Amino acid sequence: MVISGLSVAYRDTIALSGVSMATSCGNRVALIGPNGAGKSSLLKAIAGLIPRASGEILWRGSAVSKWSHEFAYLPQREEVDWSFPITVRGLVEMGRYPQTGWWRKFREEDKLAVDRAIDSLQLRDIEHRQIRELSGGQQQRAFLARALAQEAHVLLLDEPFTGLDRSAVSILGDLLAKLAEEGRLVIASHHDLVSAHSLFDEVLVLDTKQIAFGAVADVLTPELISATFALPPEKKGAAHV
Amino acid sequence: MFEELFTNPFYQRTLAAAGFIGFANGFFSGFVVLRRNALSVSALSHTMLPGIALGILLTGYLSQWNAFLGAMFAALLVGLGSVAVARGKRIAEGTSLAVLYTAAFALGVAILPKLDTRSELEHWLFGDILAVGNMDLWIAFSIGALILLTTNLLMRPLLLTLFESNVAAAQGVPVRAMQYLLFCMLVLALVSSLQAVGCVLSVGLLVAPAATVSLLTDKTSWLFWGGGLLGGIGSILAVIISSPLGIAPGPAIVILLGLLFIFAYLFSPKYGLLSPKFLRKKS
Repeated sequence: MVISGLSVAYRDTIALSGVSMATSCGNRVALIGPNGAGKSSLLKAIAGLIPRASGEILWRGSAVSKWSHEFAYLPQREEVDWSFPITVRGLVEMGRYPQTGWWRKFREEDKLAVDRAIDSLQLRDIEHRQIRELSGGQQQRAFLARALAQEAHVLLLDEPFTGLDRSAVSILGDLLAKLAEEGRLVIASHHDLVSAHSLFDEVLVLDTKQIAFGAVADVLTPELISATFALPPEKKGAAHV
Repeated sequence: MFEELFTNPFYQRTLAAAGFIGFANGFFSGFVVLRRNALSVSALSHTMLPGIALGILLTGYLSQWNAFLGAMFAALLVGLGSVAVARGKRIAEGTSLAVLYTAAFALGVAILPKLDTRSELEHWLFGDILAVGNMDLWIAFSIGALILLTTNLLMRPLLLTLFESNVAAAQGVPVRAMQYLLFCMLVLALVSSLQAVGCVLSVGLLVAPAATVSLLTDKTSWLFWGGGLLGGIGSILAVIISSPLGIAPGPAIVILLGLLFIFAYLFSPKYGLLSPKFLRKKS
């Protein structure tokens, strides 16, 4: 995937500008930056949920102009209506709608895709639970399963690790690594600079514009971090550094 | 006594109307519950009164058609008007709806003394399902069929719109059209229940069935079909028991549905306040 000169604007305010990066399937890319840096905007723009003000996204060599089932966006947890009466399986089945369209009945292949997605994200025991009854990690996995059922190759996750305890972080981290190994591209906003080293391969640092992009170890240097997260000195300890 | 009742064509029509209206409204109540807009439904239902009054004032007489058309016109005007005002972003939709519907209701109250047909109007306020005619039955049946057909054909895009409207929009679902469609269906459902329970109580039929079912199941599709069954069977039962109890059938329907909701709230196996599972979780 190649992104060049991408910018996003809401009405008259520019949320993000000048993003250019190139990465490939099998990678896990972290988007890092302070609040309001444009991480969510970038994810949504790649997913085709919000229009781009300028720039281009190339995927498999051709320009992406509209939504494709190959891109799946996983919303931040607070953006989801968890009390919606839907089970994990029902949610995963929604991932098949792009394939089935509005009317076609679920075929054997759809059921298989749903089953495979549920199994590969270890949701079999809880497939009939309502989505609010899940833990934070299970909720992330349920949305990931929907993305797999959709046959997505680019997984765009908005703060997937936020609010998870340590064991849930490690389970989700392993699953994302596995999904990337299978040839998918994982792009996720992330705020913990320490765990970024183990959870991701590459990092894109944003602060309403692109600050840096590259392998995690090369980019996340102390100098860059303190420049980007320019906090008053007494609060530096709070920056997860 | 019952035997005599059931062979009476009036009574048969009444039961058929209760079943149709109850099922279609109960089915649609799934969308009301998912959209969490029960309160705006209540506002719209009150708007139908001035619509009916205005229809009578303009035409000089009360008939099914001018009542239906007046009610529909008023509900559409106020409902779409509040959406349009809210699109200016300065005023929230609930706020604009509250202003517009109370103003409309007040207009209805002001017009009422000027009409000769006041006593009949009471039927429209609180419904009179025993007086249901063949034409009413056809209207209820057609509206019910239209609602069931449309919502079932568009179930997937409608659910996507309600669950994640931005994802739905990205996938090419015409989200705004879906929202307007739901709104128009809602107004039709309200209008179709006028004859049974009247405009004030119509909200009960359009909220209670799916609200009750949502306490019993997590399956989205059950919210609709279960709501339909509960609304239909509940309405028929309420009509049957209303005459020995000596209460009007319209209120009986809404009372019965309300009682079922409270019962489910207390005793639902999974989410009931007094269910063993729920109590265990609490302690």
